[in-house]
Amino acid sequence: MERYYQPEIECAPREEIEKLQSERLVSQVRRVWENVPYYRKKMEEKGVSPQDIRGIEDLSKLPFLSKSDLRDAYPYGLLGKPLKECVRIQSTSGTTGKRVVAFYTQHDIDLWEDCCARAIVAAGGTDEDVCQVSYGYGLFTGGPGLNGGSHKVGCLTVPTSSGNTDRQIMFIQDLSATILCCTPSYAAYLGERMKEMGLGPDEIPLKAGIFGAEAWSEEMRQDIQNTLGIKAYDIYGLTELSGPGVAFECSDQHGMHLNEDHFIAEIIDPETQEVLPEGSVGELVITAVDKEAFPMIRYRTRDICSLSREKCSCGRTHVRMSKPKGRSDDMLIIRGVNVFPSQIETVLLNQGYAANYQIIVDRVNNTDTFDVQVEMTPEMFTDHVGGIQELQKKLDAALQSMLGIRPKVTLVAPKTIARSEGKAVRVIDRRKI
Amino acid sequence: MSIQQLSVFLENQPGKLFEMTAVLAENKIDIRALSLAETTDFGIARLIVDDAAKAASVLRSGDFIASGTDVLAFAVPNEPGGLHNLLAKFNAAQVNIEYMYAFLGNEDKKNAYMIFRVTDTPAAEAALTALGLKPLSEQEIRTI
Repeated sequence: MERYYQPEIECAPREEIEKLQSERLVSQVRRVWENVPYYRKKMEEKGVSPQDIRGIEDLSKLPFLSKSDLRDAYPYGLLGKPLKECVRIQSTSGTTGKRVVAFYTQHDIDLWEDCCARAIVAAGGTDEDVCQVSYGYGLFTGGPGLNGGSHKVGCLTVPTSSGNTDRQIMFIQDLSATILCCTPSYAAYLGERMKEMGLGPDEIPLKAGIFGAEAWSEEMRQDIQNTLGIKAYDIYGLTELSGPGVAFECSDQHGMHLNEDHFIAEIIDPETQEVLPEGSVGELVITAVDKEAFPMIRYRTRDICSLSREKCSCGRTHVRMSKPKGRSDDMLIIRGVNVFPSQIETVLLNQGYAANYQIIVDRVNNTDTFDVQVEMTPEMFTDHVGGIQELQKKLDAALQSMLGIRPKVTLVAPKTIARSEGKAVRVIDRRKI
Repeated sequence: MSIQQLSVFLENQPGKLFEMTAVLAENKIDIRALSLAETTDFGIARLIVDDAAKAASVLRSGDFIASGTDVLAFAVPNEPGGLHNLLAKFNAAQVNIEYMYAFLGNEDKKNAYMIFRVTDTPAAEAALTALGLKPLSEQEIRTI
């Protein structure tokens, strides 16, 4: 039997959901007009005022927000509430060293954690479960979001955070963890490690996994389900819009239900910015209708997917989004961490290297590999192996501190990285997703 | 008198050393001594050649990274204790050896020749000369 965290909202009739969205949108636009001069200016430029927005049918009149707006308005320019009412920030790894910093009031934290709780319950979670959260804790939204959701459901929460695989496995086995939350590639890695240790699916207590923060394929899902002996659920979110839990998968596993009481989804053509009809594949645009501190209106997620309002067998009435096919810009998600080529360039230049580099991403045994090839320069070269290794280590550390994950750096001879006539080929992504 | 060693950056991959020797052969450079230091992803070739300046120039135009390093060359008597007696002077002069490798003489059967990379070349040279141990000059190397 399907279970829900908030059945009255998750299974509400469509008219009721749309009525709620309309009310919330109208008051959100009014609040933003009054409190966020940056967005008000955008509205004025488009000739829209709050009176023009009477319901969700008027949504397309509003201007978009994009990642570049977040950079321009960094850090406080999009704040919808006074700082004294904000209780938390979360952050992405950011582009060219400048991170996206999202703010939360207690209300925002509650709605975010509710969304995560819905995802956990949809994956079969109850207060009888032991939920191990192996997403990173800290600025990254993965750990804090699922941690909060797990508390709300009443699971015994095991906040292992990411890394230290053998300890993760020890907790899963010793505490009989039943739900695992992490990136799909880490889940696959854990599965591989447990297999090596001779643990078959029957000897692993886990029954469900909630995996997100990176793109993953149906094949990978099957693989993880088989090695761990679980059902694997997808979860979607962005730091700009709270974090994980914006949308989540139900037992039907055909798309993720987007929490429409808090978010309105649209699909646009990323080139023309035109709103596309239901079922079309395009860029997902999301409006957060009741987030207070960081009230994103028509935020362009850059994720390419489609929407479906077809009735779902699980009983939920909220719209479903398909698994994102990819990002419309150059950002890479490697082991669940956002990586921009421009960040690597910044580090190289700071360390005295030339900007001749190539990023090679692959997926070996369902785990992302991350290699950065950098051309050696005459200035950096010495006749000592140790001296060069020192430089390599320094570069490793600088990249790790910029990116949040450690690439494998290889120094290559000059001119070995192919030069291109036009835009440089910075990224070779061999992952087949 | 120190001599010039050529240090060349090489990726630790099949064919890379071959690419370097091709450039040297094409330009008729004679390799007198060679030592390789390697890590898993790169290596450094250290060479004594008959014309270090020319070798550096042709390698650089072939997109290699090549730099010159001052090293000391000594004749080591080809007999038991030969190297040991030489190192005794290094020891007395408190000279730190970073790496060393052998050098091939053409005719001389009585001596082996060794190249020494030391931490502070001018200071080491002065200290060793004071103990009566004079390094070979470029000129002398050429005639061996």
